[in-house]
Formats: sequence, C-alpha cells, structure tokens
Amino acid sequence: MYIIVIGGGKVGFYLAKALLNEGHEVLIIEKDPLKTEFINNELGSICIRGDGSEVTTLTEVGTGRANMFIAVTGDDDDNLVACQIAKHKFNVPRTIARISNPKNEAIFKKLGIDVTVSSTNVILEDIEEEVPTHPLTHLLDIRGKGLEVVEVKIPPKSPTIGKKVKELSLPEGSILTLIIRQKEKPKVPTANTTLQAGDQIIAVTTPETEEALRTVLRGL
Amino acid sequence: MNVVIMGCGRVGGRLAGLLDIEGHSVAILDTDSYSFRRLPADFAGTALVGDGMDEEMLKKAGIEEADAFVAVTQADNRNIMAAQIARHIFNVPKVVCRIYDPLRRELFSSLGIEALTPTTTFAQMLKDKIEGVEE
Repeated sequence: MYIIVIGGGKVGFYLAKALLNEGHEVLIIEKDPLKTEFINNELGSICIRGDGSEVTTLTEVGTGRANMFIAVTGDDDDNLVACQIAKHKFNVPRTIARISNPKNEAIFKKLGIDVTVSSTNVILEDIEEEVPTHPLTHLLDIRGKGLEVVEVKIPPKSPTIGKKVKELSLPEGSILTLIIRQKEKPKVPTANTTLQAGDQIIAVTTPETEEALRTVLRGL
Repeated sequence: MNVVIMGCGRVGGRLAGLLDIEGHSVAILDTDSYSFRRLPADFAGTALVGDGMDEEMLKKAGIEEADAFVAVTQADNRNIMAAQIARHIFNVPKVVCRIYDPLRRELFSSLGIEALTPTTTFAQMLKDKIEGVEE
C-alpha cells in the first residue's frame, strides 16, 4: 500500500517506521527542516519538507494514488483539513486523523473523516484499567453501534453479593457476558449464576444505561 | 444581528467595531487577551479569551443564537475548522472565513464554506498600482 503520513514528530516517525517494516510504501510530509533531515537520515529518503494541507505539495507526492492518508500532527485543525483535502480533492479511500481534544471525535466523524484516533482517550482508558478502585472500566466501543463493552468489579460489601443474575434489575440494553473469578475459569453467566465478591464482570451496555448498570451491580 | 467573530487581529477587531457601532450584538474570541487592545475603547460587545475551535467556548460566545459567524485568525486551518463547526454542528445561517491559500479556498468553497482570499485580491491590487492602472 502507498501510505502518506502528515507530521514527522514522534508519532509520525515511529508510525512510519512500523509501516515500513510491514512492507508498505511510506511518505512523510513535515514542515520542519531539521525533523525532515533527521527522518531521512534515519529511515532513508522518505520525508519531504512541506505543508500537508497544501494542494500543490499533495499533488507533488502523488496523493491521487495513495491508499491511505494519516494525519498525526499535534494540531487537530491541521489534521482535519489535511484529511479533508486528501478525501475530497484526491479521493483517497481511507483517511485517519489523530486528535488531541477528545471532543473533536464526533465533529471529525460528522465532517467525513473515516477514522479518528484520540491519543488522550487511549491514555485515559489505560489509566482507568490500571487503577483498581475504578468502579467501571471502558474496554471497547463498538463503533457506530452505540454499544460499549465495560468491566465492573463487585466490591466486597455490595448488596448484590449472593444474588442470582435473574434477581438483578438490569437496565434495558445491558447484558452480562462474562464473569471472571480468581482461580476459576471465566464463565458465561446464566440466569441462575450467583454473584460473589470480587467478581469481574464483562458486560455490554449503551452509554445511556452505563450509569444504571454500575449502580445495579455495585449496589451504590 | 448576533455575530460571533473568532480572531481579534487587525481585521477581526475592526470588523467587531464596525458591527458594534451599527448596533449589532457582537462576541469576539481570541486566545490572547492582549489582542483585545485592538477593540475600540467604547466597544459594547463581549470579548472572550478562548479557542474558537472548542464547542464549549463557542457556546459561551452565544453561537447557538448567532446569525453570523466569522473566522479570521492567522491560520487557514483554524479558520476552516471553526467555520465548519459553526456551519455543520451549530447550523449558523451565515458563516464566512478567511483562507489565505487560494487552492484551499477553492476546495472548501466547493464543500460549502464561504471564504475570502485576501492573497489573490491584494496581489492583483499591488500589480495594478505598480503598472499605473487607474482604479
């Protein structure tokens, strides 16, 4: 595949390196002459100096035949505009934008960017997972379907302990899919499964019912 | 008319003053409070420190009731992004922005963003001056 990367900072550099290792044809566009020189010394001549939102530059590098266009500068606006030009002027089939402000995720979708990667959200999710006291952890968003996979841990004094799954009034749209217990094999809960303290429950829910699900399971 | 302006440079500041004198309700945003020195001393509108690409900030500036939105910061891409947010997220009836790069302007005009390009107009004016063409 021919992949164009906008931005030769740390993200762009390591991304290009990984893509090259996978055998792709990669080209980086970077504004800064020193960064451009560094990349060309390290990775071979794959970086040109220029502005990734300039039609002239994009024409020069043959954006029309690119299979993928990835904008990873530190500025959300530059990533948005570069991707929009790639999409609408050069008909690149897949455009990916890095975003720093998580609120921009919805806006970028609405403005036609195929995929957004929010570094802030990724780091936040990792932190949530690492902090054991966090009552509900987001594991995965099911893109475009309004569903998410979450993890809830049953605290030691929760009133839910000893209750069967069928006795819980789970909010509509939420389903418990897996129970993980120490020293036991993870199992798919049935209506008659009894909850125990320390159970890790993997559930599918909607963003609207997430709060209700947490309350039902943790009894708080 | 309610107008929200992003960018209080020479152009933004002046536009805010002109609209204010005519009795329009103006809110102007800039990330640097020092820029507000460009507003006329008797400016009756609102000056807000903040980023016009941020939804919350735009709401604070009254974008939901705005009849017009103008983006005139120094950076083309900031203007383009803010203009698209105003147009497609907040459905502001009249949205205009400045795009210095003529090719970028051409593309975004075709995507429904109304923009002015001072570069081409001004270059032409300079050429006419040098060549002594009467206006």
